[in-house]
Amino acid sequence: MNEQYILGIETSCDETAAAIIKNGNQIVANVVASQIESHKRFGGVVPEIASRHHVEQMTLVLEETFKKANMSIDDIDAIAVTEGPGLVGALLVGVNAAKALAFANDKPLIGVHHIAGHIYANRLLKEFRFPLLALVVSGGHTELILMREHGSFEIIGETRDDAAGEAYDKVARTLDLPYPGGPQIDKLASEGKPTIDFPRAWLEDGSYDFSFSGLKSAVINKLHNAEQRSQVIPKEDVAASFQASVVEVLTTKTYQAAKEYNVEQIIVAGGVAANQGLRSALEEKFKDENVELIVPPLSLCTDNAAMIAAAGSIAYEQGHRAGWDLNANPSLSLERYSLRKE
Amino acid sequence: MNILALDTSNQTMGVAVISNGKVIGEYMTTVKNNHSVRLMPAIDQVMKDTQLKPNDLDRIVVAKGPGSYTGVRIGLSTAKTMAWTLNIPIVAVSSLEVVAYQWPSFNQLICPFFDARRGLVYTGLYQTDEHGRLQLLKPETNTLFEDWLMDLAKEKKATVFLSQDLEVHRSLIEQHMGDLAIFPDSPYHLPRPALLGLAGATREPDNVHTLTPNYLRLVEAEAKWLEEQEKRKNA
Ligand SMILES: [Zn+2]
Repeated sequence: MNEQYILGIETSCDETAAAIIKNGNQIVANVVASQIESHKRFGGVVPEIASRHHVEQMTLVLEETFKKANMSIDDIDAIAVTEGPGLVGALLVGVNAAKALAFANDKPLIGVHHIAGHIYANRLLKEFRFPLLALVVSGGHTELILMREHGSFEIIGETRDDAAGEAYDKVARTLDLPYPGGPQIDKLASEGKPTIDFPRAWLEDGSYDFSFSGLKSAVINKLHNAEQRSQVIPKEDVAASFQASVVEVLTTKTYQAAKEYNVEQIIVAGGVAANQGLRSALEEKFKDENVELIVPPLSLCTDNAAMIAAAGSIAYEQGHRAGWDLNANPSLSLERYSLRKE
Repeated sequence: MNILALDTSNQTMGVAVISNGKVIGEYMTTVKNNHSVRLMPAIDQVMKDTQLKPNDLDRIVVAKGPGSYTGVRIGLSTAKTMAWTLNIPIVAVSSLEVVAYQWPSFNQLICPFFDARRGLVYTGLYQTDEHGRLQLLKPETNTLFEDWLMDLAKEKKATVFLSQDLEVHRSLIEQHMGDLAIFPDSPYHLPRPALLGLAGATREPDNVHTLTPNYLRLVEAEAKWLEEQEKRKNA
């Protein structure tokens, strides 16, 4: 087999990233310029500022990627870029940079769905075996996705209101934890005890959908009421109780879906996959099962371009090509992306 | 010497190719439409029509704003990445300057402007000197147009107003400038990409990595943050 090299570009939120991967599953270079320090000032990502940083970082990140890989653009077979979903102004910087690179060097251009990227981050660790179930949890997503073959994504469950990561951020803000709140809650939770019985939203029987807005409100109300009665609830216990509710719902639904669809592998993807509480609960739940659980290392959970290149590699092999009119699509649906015909 | 010029900073989208000082291709639309979708197809078409390959390019000139934040970034992301990967110089020219180039007259002041909503505009004041060179008389700024016009009226000089957003502000201009205001016909208000290319043809190149848009305005969240820092320092 000839060696295949894909350049990936990712700018959907607050990381400017580029990467080169070999044969769809080996990282040659993976560069991420994080803007987190800049957005910390505002307690969250300011979209216009994110877009401005992307313009400042893009060519520097590309240059460093090629330097680290000790390669030139001539060695690249195709250029893959996140086309959505994400912040539209941020996505546009990556999409237009990718088009410029592809046009100037006469290379194929491939649009990649950001969540397909998060899922394919796991192929950098282990070859996929189908059917597989992916649990995607991040600031913008909570989804259970069934894959029966490469490049095909069926959403069997998704959040009906807030994403899990959103609930983490809001609860963190209520607890006065610094931004980004997710890792802070995870850390606090490990020091506390789940003494408060927060609700678990199971929804109707057999549903793999999620709902976190009720839980979020319950936490806020609990803290508010305690404050009015001048009670002190240890933050550690609030974090542990909140996290226990989120983790129990996520692991239970994942477990049920894995049984129903008789999957070979479970993949965890997205920023919240970095959560220690979730990781250990999943490991515990599946330890006696005949299913392989794949949890990426922290560096591949958060946004990066190696995952975009990995998803792009499969799309490239399957013959998908984007035209010069490729646009950023902030609400690109995974299923439509999955069914695209070029 | 082949130059590719591109401008997506405002409503007009333009691509031009200049070869040895001659314009050999120019494409321009003034419809409000998605520049991100149409820019690369336009570049592809103009390059094909002029039978140039990307490797034949020697320089890229891009309009750096002011204008639509998103529009400016589409142009700059494209231009910077192309210049970087082709390893050729990049020159960024003010979007207001490109409009000012439309009116090469020695006798009048030239005031290009873009509407920036809520009575604000991006503007600057230009004049063509006796050698035909465009000079900047008043620095470009983001200002209340009324304040700017009150100052300008004191000059008591015939002034040409160039803007695709002219109709939004025409009566305000007439109110302050009276007969001194000159309003040319529609084509003069549009930034021609060929003029952009010529404006940047011999200029000292920018650093491809550090080149950033000419936003002329802080992001609101950042402005507020800086204000708070200032308050805290004084308290
Ligand atoms: Zn992500």
